Amino acid sequence: MAHGAGGKASRKLVEGLFAPLLFGSDPGPLGDAAHVHINGNPVAITTDSFVVKPLAFPGGSIGELAVNGTVNDLAVSGARAEALVVTFVLEAGLPTPVLEAEVRALAKAARDAGVRIAGGDTKVVEHGKADQMYVTTTGIGRVLRGVTIDPRSTRVGDKILLSGPIGDHGITILLARGELDLEADLRSDTRSVLSLVETLIHAAGPGVRWMRDPTRGGAATSLNELARDCGLGMVLFEDQIPVRDMVRGACELLGLDPLHIANEGQFLAVVSPEYADAAINALNLAPGGSEAQVIGEVREQPVGTVLVTTRYGGSRIVDMLVGDPLPRIC
Amino acid sequence: MKFVDEFRQPELISRTAEEIRRLAGSQRHYRLMEVCGGHTHAIYRFGLKDILPENIELIHGPGCPVCVLPMGRIDDGLSIAQQPDVIFAAFGDMMRVPGTQGSPLEHKARGMDVRIVYSPSDALKLARLNPEKHVMFFAIGFETTAPSTALTLMRAKAEGIHNFSVFCNHVTIIPAIRAILDSPDMRLDAFIGPGHVSTVIGCRPYEWIAKDQDKPIVVSGFEPLDMLQSIVMLLRQLKAREAKVENQYKRVVPWEGNRAALRAMAEVFQLRPYFEWRGLGFISQSALRLNDKYAAWDAEQRFAVPGIRVTDPKAAQCGEVLKGVLKPHQCKLFGRECTPEHPIGALMVSSEGSCAAYHNYEHRKAAMASSLTSIA
Repeated sequence: MAHGAGGKASRKLVEGLFAPLLFGSDPGPLGDAAHVHINGNPVAITTDSFVVKPLAFPGGSIGELAVNGTVNDLAVSGARAEALVVTFVLEAGLPTPVLEAEVRALAKAARDAGVRIAGGDTKVVEHGKADQMYVTTTGIGRVLRGVTIDPRSTRVGDKILLSGPIGDHGITILLARGELDLEADLRSDTRSVLSLVETLIHAAGPGVRWMRDPTRGGAATSLNELARDCGLGMVLFEDQIPVRDMVRGACELLGLDPLHIANEGQFLAVVSPEYADAAINALNLAPGGSEAQVIGEVREQPVGTVLVTTRYGGSRIVDMLVGDPLPRIC
Repeated sequence: MKFVDEFRQPELISRTAEEIRRLAGSQRHYRLMEVCGGHTHAIYRFGLKDILPENIELIHGPGCPVCVLPMGRIDDGLSIAQQPDVIFAAFGDMMRVPGTQGSPLEHKARGMDVRIVYSPSDALKLARLNPEKHVMFFAIGFETTAPSTALTLMRAKAEGIHNFSVFCNHVTIIPAIRAILDSPDMRLDAFIGPGHVSTVIGCRPYEWIAKDQDKPIVVSGFEPLDMLQSIVMLLRQLKAREAKVENQYKRVVPWEGNRAALRAMAEVFQLRPYFEWRGLGFISQSALRLNDKYAAWDAEQRFAVPGIRVTDPKAAQCGEVLKGVLKPHQCKLFGRECTPEHPIGALMVSSEGSCAAYHNYEHRKAAMASSLTSIA
C-alpha cells in the first residue's frame, strides 16, 4: 500500500521498476507530464488514476478530481489541456445514481476547466474488486510558450512560491471517512490551476524554473524531489507557509505535518529572484490567487534536502513521506 | 487562547533561550533527560537544540510505549488476529512496528483484517457494528492512555458486548524512571518530566526522584515555550543545589492527578508481577493486565497466545538508545540497515521513537554542519 502513497516507496517503484523498463536508460528528471513532438509541434501528455474514498466529500467528488488532477498536471508542466479521455472501472452493483452523479461532476468540471472530454472506456468488475469506482483520465495539451520547465535550471537564490493554503484536501478526506470524531468546516480545494499558471507565466515566464502540483505526499514530497533533482537545498520559512487554522488544528491533534498532506488545487513554483515579486503580485491579483505566498528559497545547503526554519532560530528537516501519514498515539 | 500560538511566540522563545544561556554559563555540562517520547519529538520538531547552548545535553528517555514493547508481544497480538473472523484494531502508530513476520500493515496486505482506530471506544464501536466478528484491541501506552482503555472495558461490560477483547500492553512510567536511575552507565543531572502521563498520575509519584535521588524534575508541556521554561526551572534548581518536583504544565496537569481516571484504572486493571521491556529487561510491577472481573474481555485469557520471547537482532542497539546511553546515530544500524522504510526496531517507526525523530528531523543537519566545517 505504501507504494501508492506518493512518497519514498512510490518513488522507488517508479524509478526502480517502471522507469528503466519503460523509459530507456536516461530519461532525465520525471515530471508531471511528458512532452512529445507530433509533426514538429510540442504536445504534452499525462495520465492519472483516482481511487479516492469516499467518492464524494465536502468541496467535490471523484469526478472533479479526475478532471482537475490531469488539467493541473499538464498546467504545471507548462501546457494547456485540450482534451481528456476517461476510463471508468466500475464495481458490479454500483447504484446508477452514484455513477450518474460522478459523470455529471466530471462534465461540469471539464466545462469549468475549459477542456473537452473526447472519449473514454468503461469496464465492470466483480463486486469487491473495485472500491465502487476507479477513474483514470489521460490528457493531452498544447505546450505554452514563454516558459521552460526544468528542475536542473534551479539556482541558489531562487524563490519558492505556493499558490495558496495547503492541507485542505487531505484533511477533508480524512474527516469525511468518518473514522475520527472530529468535525471541521473544511472543503477540498479541488480546482483547475491552469489560469493561475498562465498568469504566472505571463508575469514571470522567463524566470520560472519549475512547477508542481503537490498531490499525494504533499508539498514536502514535491520539494524533496526537486531538491534531489537539482542537488540544492530547499529552505522554507515556517510562518510564511499558508495553512488554514482548521487544518493546522486537525494536524496538531493528529500529529500530522501539513507539508505531507495532499492538495488538489494548489501548485508550487520556483522563480528566479528578479521575477519573484512580479510573480506574486500578479498571482495575488488574479481570481483564486489572493493567498499565494513566497514560502522559501533555494540555497546551497542542505544538499538535496528540505529544511523548515522557524522565526526563533530552530529548524528541522522535512523528508518525503514513507507510506501514508499515520496519526499518533499520545 | 488558542494554546498553540501563545506558546510558540518567537520573541518570548528568544528571551527564554537568552535566560537559559545566561543560567547555563559555560563552565558546567548539564545532562537533562526528557523521559517522554512526545518531548523527544517536540525537541526535534521545533528545532529546540538549535537554540540551546552547547553545554546543555538532552538525553532521550524510554517514554515511548511502542518502542519499549518487545517484538514477541507484537507477534502475540498478531497471532490472535490470525484466527478467523478476528479484527485487529490498534492506534495508527502501531501499524508499521515490525514483528518477526512483519508489521500489522504488512499482515493487512496479506489479508488480515487490520483497522486503525483513534481511540479504544472506536474499537468497541467496531465490535458493535460487526457482531459476527471478534474485535481485538491492541492496547498500548503509559498511564496516559490506560484510563480510556479502562473506561471502554467498563462500557463493554455494562452493555454486555462480548465480541470484544483487549490485548493489554499498558506500562507504567515510574518503574522505567527507576530503572534508568539504577543503571550504572547513566549520569544525569535532572529530568524533564512527562506531561501527559502526569495529567493522570499527578506530580506526587515523582517525589522520590527529588528526595531520594536528589535530582530535580519539572513536569513539562509540549510546546517550545513549555520546554524552554522547564529547562529554565531545572537550571535554577541545579544552580541553587535544590532538588524538588515542579509543575510547569499547570494548565493541564493537576498536582493530585485525575481521580476519576485513576479510579477507572483501579476498577479494571491489576499490576503484572513483572513484564519484559525492550532494553531494560524484566521489571517487576511495571505493567498492567485486566483483573479477574474483566477476564472475559482479556484477549490473553480468551485466546491461546504463543508467548515466545523474541530478542532483538544482535547488531541492533535499541536497548542502549532507549536508556539514553547511545544517541540514535551511534547505533551501528542507524540509517543503514535500519531506516523508517525498513525499520529493525520500533524506535525507528514510532512517532515518539528517538531514532525516527533523529532520522527524520536531524541527522542530515549534522552531516551538513560537518561538511561546512570541513570546507572552512
